[in-house]
Amino acid sequence: MHSTNLATSPLHQVNYAPKVFDLSKNTLREFNQALHEVKDASTEPNWEVINPKGSHAVAVGAEHPISIDVQGSVGYYCGGMNQLSTITVHGSAGPGVGENMMSGTIVVKGDASQYAGATGRGGLLVIEGNASSRCGISMKGINIVVRGNIGHMSAFMAQSGNLVVLGDAGDALGDSIYEARLFVRGSVKSLGADCIKKELRPEHIAILQDLLDRAGITDVKPEEFSRYGSARTLYNFNIDNADAY
Amino acid sequence: MCGIVGLFLKDKSLEPQLGALLSEMLVTMTDRGPDSAGIAIYGGGAKGHGKITIQSATPDADFKGLDAELGKKINAKVSSTVKSTHAVLDVPADKIGEARVALAELRPNVRVMGAGEAIEIYKEVGLPIEVLKRFDIASMGGSHGIGHTRMATESAVTTLGAHPFSTGPDQCLVHNGSLSNHNNLRRELIRDGMRFETENDTEVAAAYLSSKIAHGQNLGEALESSLNDLDGFFTFVVGTKDGFGVVRDPISCKPAVMAETDQYVAFGSEYRALANLPGIEDAKVWEPEPSTVYFWEH
Amino acid sequence: MSEIRRAAATGIYDIRGSGAKRKVPHFDDLLFLGASISRYPLEGYREKCDTSVVLGTRFAKKPIELKIPITVAGMSFGSLSGPAKEALGRGATLSGTSTTTGDGGMTEEERGHSKHLVYQYLPSRYGMNPRDLRRADAIEIVVGQGAKPGGGGMLLGQKISDRVAEMRTLPKGIDQRSACRHPDWTGPDDLEIKILEIREITDWQKPIYVKIGGARPYYDTALAVKAGADVVVLDGMQGGTAATQEVFIEHVGQPTLACIRPAVKALQDLGMHRKVQLIVSGGIRNGADVAKALALGADAVSVGTAALIALGDNDPRWEDEYQKLGTTAGAYDDWHEGKDPAGITTQDVELMKRVDPIAAGRRLANYLKVMTLEAQTIARACGKNHLHNLEPEDLCALSIEAAAMAGVPLAGTSWVPGKGPF
Repeated sequence: MHSTNLATSPLHQVNYAPKVFDLSKNTLREFNQALHEVKDASTEPNWEVINPKGSHAVAVGAEHPISIDVQGSVGYYCGGMNQLSTITVHGSAGPGVGENMMSGTIVVKGDASQYAGATGRGGLLVIEGNASSRCGISMKGINIVVRGNIGHMSAFMAQSGNLVVLGDAGDALGDSIYEARLFVRGSVKSLGADCIKKELRPEHIAILQDLLDRAGITDVKPEEFSRYGSARTLYNFNIDNADAY
Repeated sequence: MCGIVGLFLKDKSLEPQLGALLSEMLVTMTDRGPDSAGIAIYGGGAKGHGKITIQSATPDADFKGLDAELGKKINAKVSSTVKSTHAVLDVPADKIGEARVALAELRPNVRVMGAGEAIEIYKEVGLPIEVLKRFDIASMGGSHGIGHTRMATESAVTTLGAHPFSTGPDQCLVHNGSLSNHNNLRRELIRDGMRFETENDTEVAAAYLSSKIAHGQNLGEALESSLNDLDGFFTFVVGTKDGFGVVRDPISCKPAVMAETDQYVAFGSEYRALANLPGIEDAKVWEPEPSTVYFWEH
Repeated sequence: MSEIRRAAATGIYDIRGSGAKRKVPHFDDLLFLGASISRYPLEGYREKCDTSVVLGTRFAKKPIELKIPITVAGMSFGSLSGPAKEALGRGATLSGTSTTTGDGGMTEEERGHSKHLVYQYLPSRYGMNPRDLRRADAIEIVVGQGAKPGGGGMLLGQKISDRVAEMRTLPKGIDQRSACRHPDWTGPDDLEIKILEIREITDWQKPIYVKIGGARPYYDTALAVKAGADVVVLDGMQGGTAATQEVFIEHVGQPTLACIRPAVKALQDLGMHRKVQLIVSGGIRNGADVAKALALGADAVSVGTAALIALGDNDPRWEDEYQKLGTTAGAYDDWHEGKDPAGITTQDVELMKRVDPIAAGRRLANYLKVMTLEAQTIARACGKNHLHNLEPEDLCALSIEAAAMAGVPLAGTSWVPGKGPF
């Protein structure tokens, strides 16, 4: 028989107050090292970084289901190779936010610079402002939702995953794209080589609805988007396509 | 390959702090280029006065008695302010050209860094923090300025290879990136009568703009032309007597961030450079578009 | 003329594997001086001539210590079969050196059988993930390779099998077009930040190599060092590739011989020679090549194509099958087609069975050991108790070209042609 006596059982210590790292006092190394040494995510679920002031490589290589709030703007590669953790940047992000992320969630409250979500393989990257050029470059399975616009050469060589853009896309969207799906609600300045507009079918509406829900976006309907993807004419070399190379 | 900063003040009350603000911005960018650093400061010289910033490897010998000798030669009042290897000569604005000719005769080894009514240019080999200290930039006031810290790619690490490069009276240019057709362009510009001091690609860009301006284009037009004629990767920030401008190449993969408030317009290669500016939390922050010329003027 | 006809008929540039085949000045044009009266040689087998090398001493908490200064270069799973990758790991481990992944991610075969495994970080980022990054022993950021400086890769559809497609997140059977630049940085200033990120993810433990193709070795080496590299890997134009345009292989880049001195000069000018290690690759075939590269200032060398030949590539035992493919053993370079009779540059399940990873690994280890013995023989003859004590002054050149490129005197003279700033 098993019984629990709350009065005598050892209390499981859970410290819900965030662990705070002040990057004007702590080094980046101290913070990232601590992040990698989490033993039990359930006992230290909340982390906070203050005074990032555009620092690079903030919260890279995280691999536990914890929540990290970054109070301010960050430089290059915030959340690089993220696994499982939820990172919220309460500011703007520099180049390569969430590069090669595997899983988890990254939310940028402000704008993101170029290369957002580059080569990402999984997880969800939400950019509440605009993303600059090359958003989702070489993406390999990540889901990216951008509330604003995205810049030129976005989804270049995008291999897999979904890029959802509520605003407009810049020049050469989806150049040399493989099997990634691009959904743009606004205008597209121009499409890149081998990228074409495609039919928005029910399965795509379902994908969009799911991603919008997960990104916390309720004021937009999936039917308002257009879908773009690969024409697959560059999949095997043909001299008549040489201009596209 | 480098770090660039620029600050254009709209609010005159910030003018005494220009040097201090720019210095902090530039030091933050040290990682992007530890080889040499330079800064151009635009400050209100008195009306009718011109400034020539000169540099010498042997300042003690070259600068001694120079103001008197030069004054005599151009028949005008000349005074000088020496700061380490640099000196700023104060000459009548309408005699700048004459003074430069006389200077070349009097002190053939002295290099002119820049000239005009408002510009002063300081640049040297070394880390930004050392270079800025050497010229006491933090104490300088002014209306706008541009700074650069360099990671030399193919040309030598020298004072003359440091940015900013002067492109004409009160004009200067800094660059992040790497041009790929500058050698052919340099040969064309030499045929056109331009002179070069270094093998630096940025000097070619500067001379290109000077040449276009000499052929009648304004700076904005010259920058537009550069988008067609220069090949490679570049972000340029240019300064003029009254303003400053930014242009990026069509591929635009070198970083660039801008911020604007009621008090200023600022440029940085990275956001870090802007992070300590007053009111940055509420500034409009954005990245300049490719192939687009941005310009602000007083 | 046959090439004109081929181009006219097919409308595609010629793609092939391997490295440059045109004749360029090479290590063969250098000779060692040896010791006699003015210098004393060491006795072979009795007086020690050390061959060890430590890579990554600048910043990494865990540098790599190798018994021999000959490493195995990066070659991808995808271009090579699984058994071939395993054999490379086995051979390298047996001989106390490292092997390297390639443009296709890390396989269990090679991780499991490699004591020291270098994980390449390439523009494509195929198969890139933090777990493999952390279980690598060093990370090599590939900026370029000697066969195609400035170019990306090309793996044709025939070799994109199910497993390769899955590792690379690509549809099966399509031509893979690799990027030439990294997706999220350009230039040395950005590279510095990229290196910071990788060091942070791996807690500053792993050496970070930067691999460059032999194009502008002085500047590129200097910039790799300024960006924070622990090790610079310099691949000359003879360096091999799984597949790229023939025009690239034969017409872009500088010969390995011409690349070493400028790179070493860059390290010396920065006060970083021997602090940031230099690994040279591209056309290394025997112990004399190893000794010559080291004498010119390299800390180690790397072999790719030669290692494949040691495994059994282009072996005459498959001559009948080479004939069927319209070629002959020793000349087969259509590695991109995936029909390799030796089972090495293929994803064909039946062909790859021909590689016995244990036996092939043994052959590679034998080859690496022979090269080491040969280099030691030369070093002892020059009176050196460590291969790293070989110097440029131990060499002379047989041709003016080689003398100029290597920066050593023409034999019988004190003339170093073309002596310049580097």
